[in-house]
Amino acid sequence: MVGDSSSVIVSDYFGVIVSEAKQSFKKEAHMDLKGSIKVKDLNFYYGTHQALKNISMTIEPHQIVAMIGPSGCGKSTLIRIFNRMNDLIPQTRVEGEVLIDGTDIYDKNTDVVSLRRRVGMVFQKSTPFPKSIYENIAYGLKIVGIKDRRILNEAVEKSLKRAALWEEVKDNLNKSAMSLSGGQQQRLCIARAIAIDPQIILMDEPCSALDPIATARIEELMGTLKDEYTIVVVTHNMQQAGRVSDKTAFLMHGQIIEFNKTTDFFTRPSSKVTEDYITGRFG
Amino acid sequence: MKLPSSSVIASEAKQSFKDLIRSSFEQTRFQRALWDHAMVYVLTLCAVFMLFILFTILIHLFIQGFTSLNLDFFTQLPKPVGEKGGGMANAIAGTFTLLGLAVCVGVPIGLGAGVYLSEYANQNFAQVVRFMADVMNGIPSIVYGIFAYIVCVLPLKSFSALSGGFALGIMMIPMITRTSEQFVRMVPSQLREAGLALGVPKWRVTVDIVIPSALAGITTGIMVALARVAGETAPLLFTAFGNHYWQRSLTEPIAALPLQVFTYAIAPFDDWHRQAWAGAIVLILMVLLINGWAQFYVMRRNRWSSGK
Amino acid sequence: MIRRDTSDIVFRRVLAVFPISILMLVAGIFFQLVSASHLTLNKFGFGFLFHSTWDPVAENFGALPFIFGTCVTSFVALLLAVPVGVGAAVYLAEYAPPKVSKTISILVDLLAAIPSVIYGLWGIFVLVPFMRNTVQPFLGKYLGFLPFFQGPNYGVSFLSASVILAIIIVPFIISVSREVIMAVPSVYKESAYALGTTRWEAISDIVLSYGKVGILGAVILALGRAIGETMAVTMIIGNNPVITASLFSPGYTLASVLANEFAEATTNMYLSSLIEIGLVLFLVSIVVNILARILIWSVTKGPGQEIK
Repeated sequence: MVGDSSSVIVSDYFGVIVSEAKQSFKKEAHMDLKGSIKVKDLNFYYGTHQALKNISMTIEPHQIVAMIGPSGCGKSTLIRIFNRMNDLIPQTRVEGEVLIDGTDIYDKNTDVVSLRRRVGMVFQKSTPFPKSIYENIAYGLKIVGIKDRRILNEAVEKSLKRAALWEEVKDNLNKSAMSLSGGQQQRLCIARAIAIDPQIILMDEPCSALDPIATARIEELMGTLKDEYTIVVVTHNMQQAGRVSDKTAFLMHGQIIEFNKTTDFFTRPSSKVTEDYITGRFG
Repeated sequence: MKLPSSSVIASEAKQSFKDLIRSSFEQTRFQRALWDHAMVYVLTLCAVFMLFILFTILIHLFIQGFTSLNLDFFTQLPKPVGEKGGGMANAIAGTFTLLGLAVCVGVPIGLGAGVYLSEYANQNFAQVVRFMADVMNGIPSIVYGIFAYIVCVLPLKSFSALSGGFALGIMMIPMITRTSEQFVRMVPSQLREAGLALGVPKWRVTVDIVIPSALAGITTGIMVALARVAGETAPLLFTAFGNHYWQRSLTEPIAALPLQVFTYAIAPFDDWHRQAWAGAIVLILMVLLINGWAQFYVMRRNRWSSGK
Repeated sequence: MIRRDTSDIVFRRVLAVFPISILMLVAGIFFQLVSASHLTLNKFGFGFLFHSTWDPVAENFGALPFIFGTCVTSFVALLLAVPVGVGAAVYLAEYAPPKVSKTISILVDLLAAIPSVIYGLWGIFVLVPFMRNTVQPFLGKYLGFLPFFQGPNYGVSFLSASVILAIIIVPFIISVSREVIMAVPSVYKESAYALGTTRWEAISDIVLSYGKVGILGAVILALGRAIGETMAVTMIIGNNPVITASLFSPGYTLASVLANEFAEATTNMYLSSLIEIGLVLFLVSIVVNILARILIWSVTKGPGQEIK
């Protein structure tokens, strides 16, 4: 059941909802959720244009994987595959398998809402909701029905501390999130994502709009988040990939050219194209 | 380093928090899905309900209107009270007369202001004028009627076509100002620069190059404004006033289609009601035709610019 | 060189007359209304607004029943139109396939172009009988314990006027709200989805909360139109200056008393009091419009450059 296409209206909705709810109940309770991603022969199309070709990769839990490549290479498209964010774009098509913790997320029984709760995402542009700082963090918990003030307070504090933002905002939790600086807003978005306890966090160029100091803080934060979450980060900045990631994938024209340990990737690239790219011969 | 015991407590707490989120998620998932689906229907229903009402109106209007139309309607004068037959020939002509007068008032001021805002005004002044134009757009049309009554009808000591045209004309000003400014602004700056580079003064460039290039858009704006005032009734009630005969001069009361529809609709005669429907369909076709013509202009213009 | 500059300056000065005349016009309307209503302004002062007798024969004038009527009809109209309008706008912006959304939007704009006298005509011959025979008896039967739905049932009533107002402003609310909703950057919706919201949660909690200022602007703009709407209301409200809780009762509004009585105001005092009602209408609509424009401009970052 794809929750976001307009074909919802025609489907046999009661049956679908019931099975959807049952499915998600069974799955989440019995799943061993670690945060591994396995992609097998993935092809992705925008209309007739093929944006991703024969992608296969495995991402292990508690790793930071960086994706680099020239703009338009498909790196953003690829991470948006992992939480099915591309479903929102009309006329897109996916072939192949994407397994998260062993379950195919493009299976027709997948509950996208449950998937997205487990796979958080931080965007290029910071996206604070027009609510207070507190409400921003608590929102993800409130929608699943957690209303107990003490639990919420605790979760908000923990998430903000985890995102290294607590000290800066603890006296202003009721201030609008829009009033924070760009770097703070981005950390708020990270705090908001981890508040609902995901296994995987996707980051789509999270630092491209930030100054070097704010960037350094986010990078530092990624290092500390790694022991709890799997992080997939898209970046156009090779130094950043080198600094933060355990493994690096290089994409071009919708294909993975090289996917390797970051240390090897930058020192001993196995492909000529990769070498040209990281030495700046094209870009 | 943390003490081992506290880290055990911490990880237990973490585990219970994970469980809490997971179980709350599962407990509320069904209800949330239900809401999500229900809202699709509720919102669709809103749109369908609105469309249903609006179609009801349109269909009723078209059926009643077209079955009430006949040739007399376009060629005859109204019959005296209580007599059957007759038409609204003078009202149709009157509406065109009033629109002509309105154009004389509205177009020069609106266009002049629009060109000034686009080509000459400093930003603060332009912003104030735009704001006032938007506010003017929201003033009830009957207030323009009163204004025209005070400044036209009272000095002339008579209801007249002039005062009706004046009322409609000032209503057109803000609309024409806003649209012509936008279209003049859209003229590529290279055109202006090319003219200025030839040593032509800026005002000549504006008059000879900029305005002619934006003419199609400006015309569209004028048409849309015309379509809007063509159906106005309230500002004519005590300016144009209405007339059962052909008017002989612009200083006499004049008939207008929307006025006549109003008068006939609230009168207690069946044949007048029929004519009110006929008048309504003619009026609405007029408005739609002018609007459609304006759309056609816009489309042609777009085709040009996309062809480039 | 010097001569060329002079010609430019002259042109600029001449052209500046037009935007200035827009500002002068708004000020001029205000001063004309004030000076033409000085008789009642002097005699009744602010009491005019709070006095509920309207007796042209005894020359005793108070605008309270009309203010009451305008408030009641506008409020009830908003109550009916806002949920349906915003719901339909959300459907068009978020749920409908792009082609359907586009088609319906064109239709909605078309309906906004129908002159209000035609809505009035439809109101007299279709809506009023329907209200009298179906809706009002139904409400009286099932909700008759409420004071709003008591009293004799004529068909022409506050309620009928409110319904026609709602129908008139709905296209307006839809078209502005739809634009506001579509202007919310999709990345905000995506970040809501990324937290595991359903579609409805993303829309209601995030998209609408981004758009709420703009939608509020649209609603206030619609309120402005409801307050100033004249013909359709005049034709079906029943024209009876009373203050009552019953929505079934015939009533009167500021705009409709002007439409009905202005042309036959025989004494100076009568005319002056009507012009003062016009002044009230003018001031209220100015305030409402300024408020709405500020809200809408704050969302769209300045006056829109698109052609409507």
